[in-house]
Amino acid sequence: MNADQNNVIIKVENLQKHFNGGDLKALNGVNAEIHKGEVVVVIGPSGSGKSTFLRCLNLLEIPTGGTVTFEGVDITDKKVNINIHRQKMGMVFQQFNLFPHMTVLKNMTVAPTTLLKRSKEEAEKKAFELLKRVNLFDRATAYPHQLSGGQQQRIAIVRALCMDPEVMLFDEPTSALDPEMVGEVLDVMKSLAREGMTMVVVTHEMGFAREVADRVIFMDEGVIVEEGTPDEIFNHPQQQRTKDFLNKVL
Amino acid sequence: MFNAIAEWFSGVKAEFVLNFITKNRWKMMLTGVENTLLITFVAGMMGIAIGVVVAIIRSTWDKNQEVMRPGVGKFLYRIVNGIAKVYLTVIRGTPLVLQLLIMYFIIFASSRNDMMIAILAFGINSGAYVAEIFRSGIMSISKGQFEAGRSLGFNYVQTMIYIITPQMIKNVLPTLLNEFIALLKETSVAGYVTVMDLTYAASRIRASTYSPFMPLVGSAAIYLALVMFFTWLVGLLERRLRKSER
Repeated sequence: MNADQNNVIIKVENLQKHFNGGDLKALNGVNAEIHKGEVVVVIGPSGSGKSTFLRCLNLLEIPTGGTVTFEGVDITDKKVNINIHRQKMGMVFQQFNLFPHMTVLKNMTVAPTTLLKRSKEEAEKKAFELLKRVNLFDRATAYPHQLSGGQQQRIAIVRALCMDPEVMLFDEPTSALDPEMVGEVLDVMKSLAREGMTMVVVTHEMGFAREVADRVIFMDEGVIVEEGTPDEIFNHPQQQRTKDFLNKVL
Repeated sequence: MFNAIAEWFSGVKAEFVLNFITKNRWKMMLTGVENTLLITFVAGMMGIAIGVVVAIIRSTWDKNQEVMRPGVGKFLYRIVNGIAKVYLTVIRGTPLVLQLLIMYFIIFASSRNDMMIAILAFGINSGAYVAEIFRSGIMSISKGQFEAGRSLGFNYVQTMIYIITPQMIKNVLPTLLNEFIALLKETSVAGYVTVMDLTYAASRIRASTYSPFMPLVGSAAIYLALVMFFTWLVGLLERRLRKSER
């Protein structure tokens, strides 16, 4: 094994997701590797399968074919306890999905105390540290509905971080936000990237992709059309479909 | 004029004495109230227990049917879901009085425990309605809540316990308590199987005094008072819940 292979945290092989018995092919043979510490941004038109791809990485969407290997374990194997592996894969959703019946603090501590058997004090200490980082220290006792969209999404990010994940998955984290709140969420993601967190981000924020991504994946019609550094994809795209897409969005 | 009013009052008083005081008939009414409340509470609890189980079976199937992997598990689940569906259809599609009579004269024909049979019949009946209340409550929670729970590493049951159920209960509590109030009134048919509930007590008194007004209107007033009390309680609770949310 060479050093590069050791670094692979997620390996996706021939991933397929068909709906309606194969009529609709959301994913049609996707191969990808995510390396430790890497920020991979997935772009593509709507319906290209990029969200489905991301959701297959932690099996929120169960693939109809192919494998996803996380830290050397094939998590698509039925015998694998997926819950254990999901603890190490944080996920952030477009709609935030904070738990409305819990305070911010409880949102952040319910999983670590229940699943990692951390003490309440320990979990809260970590939660407060993270809240300080995203400048929401004073909102610990608030309920989600009392927060703005941008604040909710920042809480959603630190909620996932409370589990000390190995990788963070972002499913269009800024798409449901008012424009003036996009920046504050992207800033948190940028600082996370700088700290070396492994991230897979599905987004329409091309500026973010350009600035932060180590690698950009362009998907269309359920396959990876092209991948490369931001410079390669945005400045020298090779495929016509990539060029067409970038012409529309840039 | 005064005489007429005085006469009317003394007439009412005589009626009251005859129906409630003579031969300690009020004790019968009291027993009736006690039994009505007993049936309502126990059958209500039973309804909730049945309702939760059936609602979880039904909503799990409705939500996950497509993503379930084919196999023995899915086949068994299909059967269990089928049984739950038949239960809901039959119970909600037939009159409560007939369900009560069938329980009493056919299923438990050899049992002499009338009270238990009545509670069982009302509980099973209520369970079907409660199940649908819970099911709509579960279905009303967005899929994202479920996914957020699972993505943190909670398994299916933990997600249900920590994330879905608390939100669901908050949503359905008012409806659930209204179902409970409806059940209180529905127990008035318990007399069909000779259980001395409030209505049956009133009609026994009426039969022995040949004076229908006091026992019937009196028992109606007691039902009304009970219902108004519980409605007030529900309102109080609803305001409480809203306060903690907004």
